[in-house]
Amino acid sequence: MSELTASQRLDIIRHKGRPTVNDYIPMLFDRFMEMHGDRLFGDDGAIMGGIAYFKGTPVTVIAQVKGRDLAENQRCNFGMPHPEGYRKALRLAKQAEKFHRPVICLVDTAGAFCGVDAEKRGQGEAIARNLMEFMTLKTPIISVVLGEGGSGGALALAVCDELAMLENALYSVISPRGFASILWKDAAREREACDLMKITAPDLYKLGVCDYIIPEAPGGAHNDPQATANNISSYISKALERKLKKGLDELINERYNKFRIVGEFEESTTI
Amino acid sequence: MLEDLFSMVKVRFNADQTEDNRKKTDIPKGLLFKCPRCRSVTLSDEFNKRGKVCPNCNYHSRLSAKERLDITVDRGTFREFDRNMVSKNPIGFPDYEQKQIALREKTGLKDAVVTGRAKIYSKDTVIIVMDSNFMMASMGSVVGEKITRAFEYATRNKLPVIAFTASGGARMQEGIVSLMQMAKTSGAVARHSQAGQLYIAVMTDPTTGGVTASFASLGDIIIAEPKVLIGFAGRRVIEGTIKQKLPDDFQSAEFMLENGFVDMIVDRNRMKRVLSHILRMHNYTGEVQSK
Ligand SMILES: [Zn+2]
Repeated sequence: MSELTASQRLDIIRHKGRPTVNDYIPMLFDRFMEMHGDRLFGDDGAIMGGIAYFKGTPVTVIAQVKGRDLAENQRCNFGMPHPEGYRKALRLAKQAEKFHRPVICLVDTAGAFCGVDAEKRGQGEAIARNLMEFMTLKTPIISVVLGEGGSGGALALAVCDELAMLENALYSVISPRGFASILWKDAAREREACDLMKITAPDLYKLGVCDYIIPEAPGGAHNDPQATANNISSYISKALERKLKKGLDELINERYNKFRIVGEFEESTTI
Repeated sequence: MLEDLFSMVKVRFNADQTEDNRKKTDIPKGLLFKCPRCRSVTLSDEFNKRGKVCPNCNYHSRLSAKERLDITVDRGTFREFDRNMVSKNPIGFPDYEQKQIALREKTGLKDAVVTGRAKIYSKDTVIIVMDSNFMMASMGSVVGEKITRAFEYATRNKLPVIAFTASGGARMQEGIVSLMQMAKTSGAVARHSQAGQLYIAVMTDPTTGGVTASFASLGDIIIAEPKVLIGFAGRRVIEGTIKQKLPDDFQSAEFMLENGFVDMIVDRNRMKRVLSHILRMHNYTGEVQSK
């Protein structure tokens, strides 16, 4: 696997030809049937969900949609979900639990949308609810970060039993742009921020947040989407095999502990 | 309306008088509180006696964790958890250690949250208080771990949790580790909830970002202090997106109430009694055996 810096990887994931879930879903799944709406407010184009076969097994797919052109980007709001997107995700996850289907989440967002309507409809509450409900969902959840994993908006689909990242994907607490504008009051220093933030798949593997790194085609997924999809597919097969043989209590305890152990602190009486 | 007018006149009169008194008797500045919202001036003693609420416009000023505990729990009943926990520097962020050492010195806090067990009108509860004096109460490893442990303790001991939230969001100096605290704390809330215990979130100024998008929004009952800032995204970020100024009451407690994300707005001087009533209504009546 390549030894690129975070800002070099940023260039790769921003490549115009970077495959999106619209490319990957037909390569990874058979007979994907899209299901719309959160049953509360509307249907969010930034999160696509549905049922499909993965190598013969029915699974629920929940995916963040980035556009490949302006028309697609208008439909999917440049991949930035509103609360109804997260609520649709939760509805489909609960449905998956009911029918004992594993959930596959494909994460690719700069972050949850920051806007007036998103606030009015409770962006914070929608994300929080997903974190809590996914933590105790009684079915396996596998999340794969495909490109950008931006903050709470990504985490809302990444409370899971296993988190994998594509080799060049980035996953961060705040966008490098946001980081630069807070720290240096200068959003243009994005690349510099990127390299400081420890947000690459190898960084996150070391920090115990990412469990597996999925190789991309040489030079980046855009060079060979099918080869990259094959790598994702073989990862999902193995991940499902590992998780489906576990009892539900064991699965949910392990999921709790996966997040429970993250944190770096010390306790002393002499400070 | 007329009453408002009278009270405004009265306050202006009082304010002027105080102004005069100050000139005459040379009262040092520290003895007066000037409200940042309505600009009226109150004697600090009076302001402090009211729990740091402006007597003129009901502005609820931010409290330290210690001040909050003093007006919320029965005297002498607070037992603090994990008092000496401090953060490491998980992503090797430049100057993070030094910044923390300086803040510890300045605030007397080890990090941005105080947790423990106390009584409210004799009823046992676990209590969590965030303190915005420490890095805007952003959530990193220590905040996440202490809150998680507080919920786990409450789950084991069949106790309710009352959390006074305040936060600028995730602590970006701890990178992805801080993001994971959102999942970790929400998981602990889930277990406490599944065990049938009560969780009351009290949103204070400001409750934003990753804290709004995790445990703060997950209370069985969510209370807010009047006029406080509650939201997910920063106002300036949104203004940047829509290229226009937002109204003053955007992301206020009242805005959240109107949009259905807060159960009630409670004045600080009634808070302890309201919390006590809610605990009683959920059959938390007195002593609970602790493990
Ligand atoms: Zn005032």
